[in-house]
Amino acid sequence: MMHFLSVYGLQLVGKTWQHLYISAISLGLGVIVAVPLGVLLTRAKKIANVVVSIASMLQTIPALALLAFMIPIFGIGATPAIVALFIYSLLPILRNTYLGMNDVDPSLKDAAKGMGMTNWQSIIKVEVPLAGPVIMAGIRLSATYVIAWAALASYIGAGGLGDFIFNGLNLYRTDLILGGSIPVILLALIVDWLLGKLEVALTPRTTHE
Amino acid sequence: MFLSMEHLNKTYSGGKVAVDDFNLEIEKGEFVCFIGTSGSGKTTTMRMINRMLQQTSGTIKLNGKDISDMDPVQLRRKIGYVIQNIGLMPHMTIRQNITIVPKLLKWSQAKMDQRAEEMIKLVELPTEFLDRYPSELSGGQQQRIGVVRALAADQDLILMDEPYGALDPITRESLQDLIKDLQTRLGKTVVFVTHDMDEALTLATKIVVMDGGKIMQVATPDEILRHPANEFVENLIGKDRLIQARPSITTVGQVMLKNVASITPDKLLREALKMMHDRRVDSLLVTDQGGNLKGYLDIEDIDYNFKTATSVGDVMHNDVFYVKSDSLIRDTVERILKRGFKNVPVVDAQHKLVGIVTRAALVDIVYDALWGEPDKTDEREDATAQGGDAK
Repeated sequence: MMHFLSVYGLQLVGKTWQHLYISAISLGLGVIVAVPLGVLLTRAKKIANVVVSIASMLQTIPALALLAFMIPIFGIGATPAIVALFIYSLLPILRNTYLGMNDVDPSLKDAAKGMGMTNWQSIIKVEVPLAGPVIMAGIRLSATYVIAWAALASYIGAGGLGDFIFNGLNLYRTDLILGGSIPVILLALIVDWLLGKLEVALTPRTTHE
Repeated sequence: MFLSMEHLNKTYSGGKVAVDDFNLEIEKGEFVCFIGTSGSGKTTTMRMINRMLQQTSGTIKLNGKDISDMDPVQLRRKIGYVIQNIGLMPHMTIRQNITIVPKLLKWSQAKMDQRAEEMIKLVELPTEFLDRYPSELSGGQQQRIGVVRALAADQDLILMDEPYGALDPITRESLQDLIKDLQTRLGKTVVFVTHDMDEALTLATKIVVMDGGKIMQVATPDEILRHPANEFVENLIGKDRLIQARPSITTVGQVMLKNVASITPDKLLREALKMMHDRRVDSLLVTDQGGNLKGYLDIEDIDYNFKTATSVGDVMHNDVFYVKSDSLIRDTVERILKRGFKNVPVVDAQHKLVGIVTRAALVDIVYDALWGEPDKTDEREDATAQGGDAK
């Protein structure tokens, strides 16, 4: 292992950074699009099922196939990978946002409206804070998926820890496969743990102790 | 007129009529209870007042202005709203909860803090509670906060939708006292939806009975107990309650005996004695020529003073205990029984003697209240039961 690190150490740091970078941008875009979309869907329940179905359908496209689809559109490199992973990140966030918002006690929404909150005020002051933990759970789930699948992105030249894994597969080098896989697993675990911390911080307090 | 509803109609898309030609006028300071079974349209009607629901037709005017012309959000900030599930925001402190509407109205923080303290004192909770969260309060305490939250921005009109339905009877009673007290003290107008007749009778100045989206009766609690408009209202009140309510709605005038043995002060004692003998009574009430109650006369008074005095006026007692004919039995029965009077004269507003209440009549009232239907054959017009000393 020391040998592996002394030879590939610097490369490992670079690839990990690339991996993290691709994942973070995909997830970030996913949050920016899916959370507001999920919120909007609670105000347009008729189309909510259609949109959630479409997102579910996108989820069923095999990861490798989706990445391949991106090449004619975006060429090779990081961009097509980010777009593909972004699509994958949508569903869990979208679904959890929608369900979390819907699960907020209807009498609280009724009280908010009845006291004279606008639709927007009700969302910002009441519904999103109360749905926060559920939304965060969706983001954590997406984060884990995205980090795992980002390994495949090296297949279309996006770089990242997948490079080690694919090289290892091509060269029958177990140390390279492990050297790529273990950091991916560690990365996923660490990010999930950090987001867990964030979830606790964002969960609204309900006691003063 | 503070709030007027004219020809309100609410028909749902399936064709179900929830409210049908609802007309009601509410004055400032009234406590109006909407009562009815579920599906009677009472909550639907209430929710149209703050435009949580839009009527199919008809108009609602607040202070003479048609509320359809107002911005619904601005309108709701002017109307207090209390719901059954309390609806305190679990992620906000009590202080933040109380000042939700003031904050929407962009009050300064200092003014909001001051108001929060005033409000929590109003419902007799310690100010330390302001920094707690709703989950740290009991259900009754939470609804107290729910009530003042609806008052915090000086709303004149408060809508309450079965606010105490989920509370235990003891807590409910103390909250009923609270809202009644606040309402009268602060001069608020309240529209209160309930399915509990006791609650409506306790709180309301005006009860609106609804069934199937229609108004069955609009009346004061007394009026509704005395004259239920139809069988539905009668059933809603319940037979037991109608009978038990009798002492609280029956006036002294209704149960008194009208044929009273009375005499004027200028009559001779001899005449008084003869009258007692003829009427088979042992005391007489004394009135002046105009029929005004002056006092009473006992057989003992005649016995002791027959030799020395001649007229009734010389020996009669002036300190006579009496009741007014329009006072309620509920308020007088205890006084009569406690003082041990066998009978008490009844006067009208001009202090004229109009009748007498005997213990026998009170027995009837208590009997009816406990065992139901009164016996109509009793001889209330007859004064022969008037006996014993009047003290």
